[in-house]
Amino acid sequence: MSEYGLLIDYKYCTGCLSCDFACNQEHGFPLGQSGIKVAQFGPWEIDTDKYEYLFVPALTELCTLCSQRVEKGKQPACVQHCQSLVMTYGRIEDLAKQMVGKPKHVLYSR
Amino acid sequence: MTDFDETEFEDDWDDELPWICEEKPWRWEEDGLTVTRGSSFTGPGCHDGCGVLMYTDKDGKLVKVEGDPLNTYNQGRLCIRCLALKDVVNHPDRLHYPLKRAGERGENKWERISWDEAIATIAEKFNAIKAEFGAEAVVFAQGTGRDIAPYLQRLAFSFGSPNYVCYGLAGNACMIPRLSVQMMSLTAITMPDYSQMLPDRYEDEDYAIPECVIIWGRNPLASNADGNFGHWCIDAMKRGSKLVVVDPRLTWLAAQADIWLQVRPGTDAALALGMLNIIIQEDLFDRDFVELWTYGFEQLAERAAEYPVEKVAEITWIPAEKILAAARMYAKAKPALIEWGVAVDMTKESVPITHAINCLVNITGNLDVPGGNVITELACNVSGYYGWGNELISREQFEKRIGMDKYPMLRYGIPLASPDEMCDAILTDKPYPIKAMWVQANNPIACMAADPKKTYDSMKKLDFVVVVDLFHTPTTIAFADIVLPAAAFPERNGVRAVFYYAQCINQAVQIGETKGDAEICRLLGKALNPEAWEPYESEMDVWDDLGAGSGLTFEEMRNYGQMIHPNIYRKYEEGRLRAYDDAPGFNTPTGRAEMYSTVMEGYGLDPLPYYEEPPESPYSTPELMEEYPLILTTGARQVAFFHSEHRQIPSLRATYPYPQIEINPEVAKEYGIEQGDWVWIENSFGRCQQKANITNVVPKWLVHADHGWWFPEEEAAEPHLFGVFKSNVNQLVPYNCGRSGFGNSYKTMICKIYKVKEGEV
Ligand code: SF4
Ligand code: SF4
Ligand code: SF4
Repeated sequence: MSEYGLLIDYKYCTGCLSCDFACNQEHGFPLGQSGIKVAQFGPWEIDTDKYEYLFVPALTELCTLCSQRVEKGKQPACVQHCQSLVMTYGRIEDLAKQMVGKPKHVLYSR
Repeated sequence: MTDFDETEFEDDWDDELPWICEEKPWRWEEDGLTVTRGSSFTGPGCHDGCGVLMYTDKDGKLVKVEGDPLNTYNQGRLCIRCLALKDVVNHPDRLHYPLKRAGERGENKWERISWDEAIATIAEKFNAIKAEFGAEAVVFAQGTGRDIAPYLQRLAFSFGSPNYVCYGLAGNACMIPRLSVQMMSLTAITMPDYSQMLPDRYEDEDYAIPECVIIWGRNPLASNADGNFGHWCIDAMKRGSKLVVVDPRLTWLAAQADIWLQVRPGTDAALALGMLNIIIQEDLFDRDFVELWTYGFEQLAERAAEYPVEKVAEITWIPAEKILAAARMYAKAKPALIEWGVAVDMTKESVPITHAINCLVNITGNLDVPGGNVITELACNVSGYYGWGNELISREQFEKRIGMDKYPMLRYGIPLASPDEMCDAILTDKPYPIKAMWVQANNPIACMAADPKKTYDSMKKLDFVVVVDLFHTPTTIAFADIVLPAAAFPERNGVRAVFYYAQCINQAVQIGETKGDAEICRLLGKALNPEAWEPYESEMDVWDDLGAGSGLTFEEMRNYGQMIHPNIYRKYEEGRLRAYDDAPGFNTPTGRAEMYSTVMEGYGLDPLPYYEEPPESPYSTPELMEEYPLILTTGARQVAFFHSEHRQIPSLRATYPYPQIEINPEVAKEYGIEQGDWVWIENSFGRCQQKANITNVVPKWLVHADHGWWFPEEEAAEPHLFGVFKSNVNQLVPYNCGRSGFGNSYKTMICKIYKVKEGEV
């Protein structure tokens, strides 16, 4: 188990799939496979003028946290290319602290 | 070449040049791969030109494309179209060589020829037509025109043809209405200011985060339109911008918006006028700015008063309280910006919509202020980019441009012919015969042409057609006598300089014998008019000349990567909009930002914004609504595709395999339609079929149908033509432009839907 992980502010995840595609390209996975996949919920009306329309990325078994990139001082492929810049790579301990008091964040370990 | 550490290069801006830039390598080695820094400026199509790093292996093959973290425009980010770019470049179906037709048109039989033979044949044909019918009988047609326009215009004008056209685009209804209105009323082009011209972006001390962002008729997250990185609005939202979204569809942005204005398609001018009225009545406008810098406030106020909020609510179907709230939120926010999209152009009377929205920016004083709507300048003085070759055409030939006599606004801005009039001219030989067409980066019958069957008939009537593209398309198969293989951006050199910054487009790979669009124009230009193209002995001469205003040659510019054009806000205070006298103000007849447009008045058009009901709608054609009860809007963008492109790229296609019509769940139930059913979409102009996507994105009164679909995996030869007429929703959209010649009802039609029967698919 790694002490590193990914923190994702999914409030601003737009479902653009750049994370999925960047990972697939970086690691040469077969078509459709990736270390990160994005699920969609909605849209539906929750209340008058309030809507659920949500995208939530999840890490799959293929995710290596881009250890080779990170060693070279680069960001993981998904983190760099995320169009909303909602992903942070770091030590789980630090990321957990960053998460406190923030809505709609998810922290993934590998 | 040495290994290159990106982290060594931090905010170390060069002080010698007037541009914000730093020397950095454009090519280096990394882990056995060669990396080429460049700009992703086109094809495949895109408005943006993000900074990219292209990785090639020892065999010279493109194996990976990443965002350039040092480029402040996209900051290392990329959308999936560039992340899948290697699959475009290396695709087995790419056109690698010039081809000439071997069988009948439409049979899909081709013979490989050399570039020399191709250029010589085309020149011979064009010159023969010119000798018999005049140069105007040869039409030069482009598509949405990213990195095509200057070269194509110069090619047309140097040949002597005034007929440079976005063929098929009824009413020039994409960006051109917005540009023209801004050129007439401001003599400047504005763009939303997301700090893209400041080196430290949102953190820059000269920047102010907009307190309110209005996204009007646009889904920037998927479209990345008009030279703006779509996700900038997310950057602003994270930093506290409130969001107003004007859209009939519940897009993801609409769902997150503080206020969602679910507008009835085509009624945007009424909404904007209603908001103007509220802001004026409630004294929320910027009196100082209005008095100092604008013209026609009193007349505008009078016109806006004809649009009280209750009336606007009735027209737009938006509740009055939401219109009030949005107008107040926008007017009280300092600063605030509006980003508008192609929906503003894609209704018949599009000009008054653009005009009204411009007035909102003006009366709130958000014009050219940090975090407002900023006036753009030519990036790093890469001049000639617009209007290259203007001087090459004689006045006499210029006046023959199709449509100019009928639509005087075509005299203003980009010198394009009227596509509507062009289609009729080809079919009727009036006002004169049109015999040949050069089609570059345009696939009209699959994509932007209204009435694609009429457009098809017109192109079939031509004696000689050349198509330049990356792949075979329905357009190459149906019409082309010669097909030329265009380079994708990793296969060519160039300069990206549309807005905000200039950067070299650096070639990283060679695929077959493909050539860049500018180089193709140069080669044909040289054959048609050697004198006019004499200064351009090689492709590099073109880039050196176009880039000359930057003070750098192409080779020199290469070493700087991105060069940002330093922006000065409130250019009207500094005399920067009036090069001829350096006086403060605007370059309009009144010297002010004209809300009452004296130029439009001079053309016999209404000088003030107004609202007109779309030609097909519940109010203008109530009798038709019984048969066609649903409002039809089209053309929402998917991130996987640039218009009709990318359908043959497996990874992109997998995210969106079929053309879809969005249907509200209650409507689907009423019609017995289930998710994934093929559905006929039909109105009095024609019909097509798409797959049902049953979703709350659309309300009960609206359906949305995709545009730009053809099926590269299906039979190419006629009559099938990759299934181009199966799902093309523009069969329901006629040519019917607005009275200015601009605008067309692409997004404001009506229709009925019903299930496709077995055997009809
Ligand atoms: S960290 Fe690397 S391996 Fe993991 S999902 Fe992101 S790109 Fe894929
Ligand atoms: S790249 Fe970012 S915004 Fe896009 S789907 Fe992935 S996490 Fe969401
Ligand atoms: S917006 Fe997307 S397709 Fe366009 S240049 Fe940027 S990454 Fe490429």
